[in-house]
Amino acid sequence: MRSIANFAIEKALARRASYADVRVMDIRHRDISTKNGQVGRMSEGESLGLGIRVITDGAWGFASTDRLTNEGIESCAAEAIAIAKASGMAKRHGVVLAQEQSFVDTWQNPFVKDPFRIPIESQIAVLLRADEEMRKVKGVTLAEGSMSFRRIEQLFVSSIGSAIHQVKMQSGAGIVATSFAGEEIQKRSYPNSFGGQHMLRGYELIEELDLVRHAPRIAEECVALHKAEKCPEGKRTIILDSSQLGLQIHESIGHPIELDRVLGMEANFAGMSFLTLEKLNSLRYGSDIVNVVADARLAHGPGLGTFGYDDEGVPAQCTPIIFNGQFTGYLTNRETAAAIGQPRSNGTMRTESWNRLPIIRMTNISILPGDRKFEDLIADTDDGIYMETNRSWSIDDRRYHFQFSTEIGWEIKNGKRGRMIKTPSYSGITTEFWNSCDAICSRDYWTLWGTPNCGKGQPMQTMGTGHGAAPARFRNVKVGIASSE
Amino acid sequence: MPKPAKKRKAPRSRVSSGHKGLAAHDHRLGAPELRRIAEKIFKLSEADETEVDVSAVTSALTRFANNTIHQNVAEQGITISVRAVVDGRTARASTNKTDEDSLRRVTTAALELAQVQPRNPNLLPLLGPQKLQKVDRFAAKTAAATPADRARAVTQVCQLADRNKQTTAGIFSTGLSEFALANSRGLFEYYEDTRAEFSVTMLEKDSSGWAKATSARVDEIDPLALAERASKKAADSRSPREVPPGQYTAILEPPAVLDLVGFLFYDFAGTCVHDQRSCFTGRMGKKLFGENISIWDDVYHPLQLGAPFDGEGMPRQRVRLVDRGVPVNLVYSRATAKQMKAKPTGHGFSLPTEDGEAPFNLVFSGGNASTEEMIRTTGRGLLITRLWYIREVDPYKKVLTGMTRDGTFLVENGRVAGAVRNFRFNQSIIDMLANVETMGPAVRASGEESFDMVVPAMKVRDFHFTEVTKF
Repeated sequence: MRSIANFAIEKALARRASYADVRVMDIRHRDISTKNGQVGRMSEGESLGLGIRVITDGAWGFASTDRLTNEGIESCAAEAIAIAKASGMAKRHGVVLAQEQSFVDTWQNPFVKDPFRIPIESQIAVLLRADEEMRKVKGVTLAEGSMSFRRIEQLFVSSIGSAIHQVKMQSGAGIVATSFAGEEIQKRSYPNSFGGQHMLRGYELIEELDLVRHAPRIAEECVALHKAEKCPEGKRTIILDSSQLGLQIHESIGHPIELDRVLGMEANFAGMSFLTLEKLNSLRYGSDIVNVVADARLAHGPGLGTFGYDDEGVPAQCTPIIFNGQFTGYLTNRETAAAIGQPRSNGTMRTESWNRLPIIRMTNISILPGDRKFEDLIADTDDGIYMETNRSWSIDDRRYHFQFSTEIGWEIKNGKRGRMIKTPSYSGITTEFWNSCDAICSRDYWTLWGTPNCGKGQPMQTMGTGHGAAPARFRNVKVGIASSE
Repeated sequence: MPKPAKKRKAPRSRVSSGHKGLAAHDHRLGAPELRRIAEKIFKLSEADETEVDVSAVTSALTRFANNTIHQNVAEQGITISVRAVVDGRTARASTNKTDEDSLRRVTTAALELAQVQPRNPNLLPLLGPQKLQKVDRFAAKTAAATPADRARAVTQVCQLADRNKQTTAGIFSTGLSEFALANSRGLFEYYEDTRAEFSVTMLEKDSSGWAKATSARVDEIDPLALAERASKKAADSRSPREVPPGQYTAILEPPAVLDLVGFLFYDFAGTCVHDQRSCFTGRMGKKLFGENISIWDDVYHPLQLGAPFDGEGMPRQRVRLVDRGVPVNLVYSRATAKQMKAKPTGHGFSLPTEDGEAPFNLVFSGGNASTEEMIRTTGRGLLITRLWYIREVDPYKKVLTGMTRDGTFLVENGRVAGAVRNFRFNQSIIDMLANVETMGPAVRASGEESFDMVVPAMKVRDFHFTEVTKF
């Protein structure tokens, strides 16, 4: 990898790049899925290539290739330079980057069991056993399970002298029971919807999830949902489980704090942000108990947003995003940090693969735990709804107005969990919602969730992000609007 | 079908001192090269049967924002995907390395993955050679587009924004894809197409407008005309006022229609109905939509793109999915067709998969009404440019939620009465297609939530707008 990367840098500088960086990435994956007792998807793959990013005459260019011969790399470097020169045709001002040190380092996330060394037949067997448990429950019409593993080895080399080698091992799994009856399709997922839980860990994560043990419970809940109460309409107290709160953070905090959105760089596709620059350090984002960080350090946990260095060679950092309710930080890169006068990037440039340009992405955007026990939170709620596991999510292109629904809910009456509620939904305005938060559960209930499917950029890039969250309570929230009746 | 390689311009030298930027055709491999890779795999394979997909992509995208190019990228890559079949089992392995050792490794990996699986009772033998209908979706001009060509067009758009005191953002991309499917029973199918896409947003202080087009032929895309349309939308949507949510007649421009009806595509899969998660489960043959709604899947339609064969090499058929409001047919892979006692339609995904098949070339019947006519005949309604962040709330009623974006207007007494703040909607697509009053001609529409389709503008009564946002 090193000789390839150095050759690419050398060729870019020879063509008068004022700055160049190169990512050589070798990505291996394994994906397994099952459905109703059969293996569905069963594939492994590898992809090796490099991407070269250059600044020439003050403008950016990027080219990528999987032809890793001298000719292929030289051609790719020349292409990046030619593209930068074309960018210069519509240039307003030269690119300015915030200062950064050079680093020569290696980093790897710790894991116990290499998932690629676990026999595939035993991985399939786990999914099929969970599948069988779900289908034992009368009324389940579809049982599905999946596991996915990624090993990403990458070398970043830049013309300021950095050479950073990183290896990330990622594992994830989940199961889903679906039931069709009458005029209704219900589903329940474990441990989370849309693919389950994903972390920078080895196969030990899959073993800890214990899919088989949870399969009967979600299957029974799925079938029971047909007879559950409909979600009432009106204003209610709601308590969100930690996985739903993780997605709420992702959509209504994680995306709006991306500084490239704020500065209009994503205006055509992902949209912009209500968090305009004058709101930094002045907006009351949430109530006093709301504290949110962007933390890519391993100390925060092995989340999908954990790394040693970002993809432009900036070390992992912890940035306070919301401190005691006050908005205090954006996600930045070297270019946008400089654009708003900040001395240094907080290290959030990430790329999906060797053939994609790094862009600002969430790292681990987490709400810090509070001090409540979950049981006490329920006991302390007179009239509300507890909502669990996301079912649908939507938010406007400036991240003001959102609507979420979850797979299941329970009525809370006089401090006790009561009747089941089907497909509960809630909606609101971001800052009003976070300011209505009056209780957050403690570290004992806090989970670092992985969202493996965050889309952004053109061409589209899918990225994994992490979101630590504990169950939390919100007052006076609009519920039950998600219906066309 | 693709023209013979010899008729194409010869590839330029890939590295020169005066490098002006490569065009997609500089990386074109051609059918013989893809066949050569596949044949190498067949020689290495010890499986009972072997299938090889080879795809090669060369793509470039110029991205602009704040009236300047801020991201400008190109990619070139190949993927070789091998499916081994052994004793009623199958699995797939892929690589992007073309050296002998890598091809041997990926071939062995596919076999070893297959061997450790349970037998699949639904697995069918590979297909032999098929007769395909020809399609020609390669445009030399698109394949020849350079970074400078895209930058010139973007510069003009930025200058327009400057003149109109607006801020612009968008993309201009061009590229070439090649795909070959071959198997050890002698099937070899090759498809290539070129793609061009231009998408533009124009912004003012409190408003925005958007336009987008895609085509195989870059010369069918007029970036400046699209930018002018987006610019006018932004100007017209200044000072939006808040009007209350509720049921409105909605005049949906084609991209808005596309991004809604796009959520129906997998419901037409035989597998989806078999799994009882389609909104058509138990409803086939029953009148669901209005008499004016007919839908086909038709890869051969002149406004469509895509290969004339599916993931197993079956020729794609034109399928009537909805006939005057009644869902009448589904699409089927070979295995699903066998399970459901139907005939395969050539819509299967690459195997192995649990998803079966899907139609990717939907074509809606259209009408003759212009958008102006729809406005003129509306007492009170909303004119919608584009929708955003659409998600499914109820899969059987097919209720979707999402937001309006980049140009939402109140229509009163037959005229546009000004811009309004964006709405959230919660709307059943089944109800929507039962409430279509008039339609425009079906056009190739492009949005951001769905793949491109051929759909008309629609005027829909009683569309459910449930909340309003702050802009």
